[in-house]
Amino acid sequence: MNFADIIKFIETKTAGKFSIIEEREVILVSPANWAEISTLLKNESELDFDYLMCISSYDKGDNKTYGAAYNFFSLKKQHYLEVRVDTEDGTAIPSVTSLWQTANWHEREAYDMMGIQFEGHPNLKRILLSDDWEGYPLRKNFKEPDYYHGMPVPKDKSYWE
Amino acid sequence: MAEVLIQKDKQLLDKSVLETGEMILNMGPQHPSTHGVLRLKIHTDGEVVSKIEPVLGYLHRCFEKHSENLPYEQIVPFTDRCDYLASMHMDHAFSMTVEKLLDLELPERVEYIRVLVSELQRIASHLLAVGTFGLDVGAITPFTWTLRDRERILDLFEQLCGARLLYNYIWPGGVSHDLPPNFIEHTIDFVDYFEPNIDELNDVLTTNKIFIERSADVGILPAEVGINFGVSGPSLRGSGVNWDLRKNEPYSVYEKFDFNVPLGKGEMGTAGDCWDRYYVRVQEMKESVKIIRQACEGLPDGDVHGSLPKKIRPEAGEVYGRYESARGDVGFYIISNGKNVPLRVKMRSPAFCNLSVLSEISEGWMISDVIAILGSLDIVLGEIDR
Repeated sequence: MNFADIIKFIETKTAGKFSIIEEREVILVSPANWAEISTLLKNESELDFDYLMCISSYDKGDNKTYGAAYNFFSLKKQHYLEVRVDTEDGTAIPSVTSLWQTANWHEREAYDMMGIQFEGHPNLKRILLSDDWEGYPLRKNFKEPDYYHGMPVPKDKSYWE
Repeated sequence: MAEVLIQKDKQLLDKSVLETGEMILNMGPQHPSTHGVLRLKIHTDGEVVSKIEPVLGYLHRCFEKHSENLPYEQIVPFTDRCDYLASMHMDHAFSMTVEKLLDLELPERVEYIRVLVSELQRIASHLLAVGTFGLDVGAITPFTWTLRDRERILDLFEQLCGARLLYNYIWPGGVSHDLPPNFIEHTIDFVDYFEPNIDELNDVLTTNKIFIERSADVGILPAEVGINFGVSGPSLRGSGVNWDLRKNEPYSVYEKFDFNVPLGKGEMGTAGDCWDRYYVRVQEMKESVKIIRQACEGLPDGDVHGSLPKKIRPEAGEVYGRYESARGDVGFYIISNGKNVPLRVKMRSPAFCNLSVLSEISEGWMISDVIAILGSLDIVLGEIDR
């Protein structure tokens, strides 16, 4: 199915629970509706998105809106879909780990790097950084710490240039 | 005297000195069998594994954060260092994604050169993978053989761009240098020399009884579990899933080449076991040789620098690009805001997803089998931790 068919199909099942970013062929879902739509994407035999390729977290740059982009692929039907879930800082996105195990580590990474909370995740803790790290480094307002465990972080980068 | 001793033994037993129950065994981060700085917390009952918690991040070098502060062309050396065993693939994947964002058409010669070096790189990476897998299960000689052949590919790359491991060769819009004189002859010489060595490797390792005992029927990955965990590349094809981007969604000029996609059939045990994952890689090397021969034959003339953009400044938007690397499905998700520096670069690392299935398929196996399973998944920590 192409993008228009997929949209039409989801529309018949759940009307008005998502919006479309037309020129980018992306659908935008709010965290409140994401649990329902994700179950639909996985379990509906017409769509059959069995392969979650990637979850990419992003920062909108206004210091409060963050989001996750889900790139789906169906090995059986050979079609793609990108879904974005935008969230305000502090509002959790429902976890899709029970549907796609790929999401387990990717959601942990999004939490680790961007501070997005995932509701219902079995083990939401830092994955790439150490457990005692403060802050979320991929946020645009992240400030490099002056000290880490009492060790000063070098600020003079002139030797780089 | 003897009776006293027996009495003491009984007392010790009563005090439950011989405790039973779960034990946590730490493997790594400094351990030769984890192929890098990976730490595994292995929950064991006796010698039987019940659960594995991989602890990542020892090689985290902030690739994604660096990318947000660098112009596109300067990110390529960083992608080199992500998967340091298949740097050409990472460069190619990133460059292709940026070209998708720029909507750039490339001369055919550039595409042919890219395919040529990518397939050489695939052989080099698989050689190391099968060699170290043999080493993990106790076969030392094949490792020296595979490294000997890999060395010749690195020599070819040294002729090509001066570097042996981190090339910075494939750039968005083209390649850094044209092929050096006689490169095609040297490549043909190499594949002529290399092709019989695959059969030799099969004789000494693939069909070796001890090797089969260690790897066949061990760590079986069912296809649906692999798909659910996002496993890709040779590890997924070992389970019999016919999915190869080079064949199913040909990028670059792959649709012009004739090659097969080897799949795991469970010849020595069950489909999806360690032996199948290993053998898929061996067969893929043969297929890569086929592609290299065709690419050398059909290499068109032309200029390789003509399509390099003066300045990379894509329009605002985002793109997700896929690429079939030696380890599986690499993805780059790039968000641009119209500047020469990307707003966000996310890399989908194949080894990251492949490693996440380790706990699932190791359950119920011995600790020594975990080494074999980990070796057969062919992970690279530089790419997992980024």
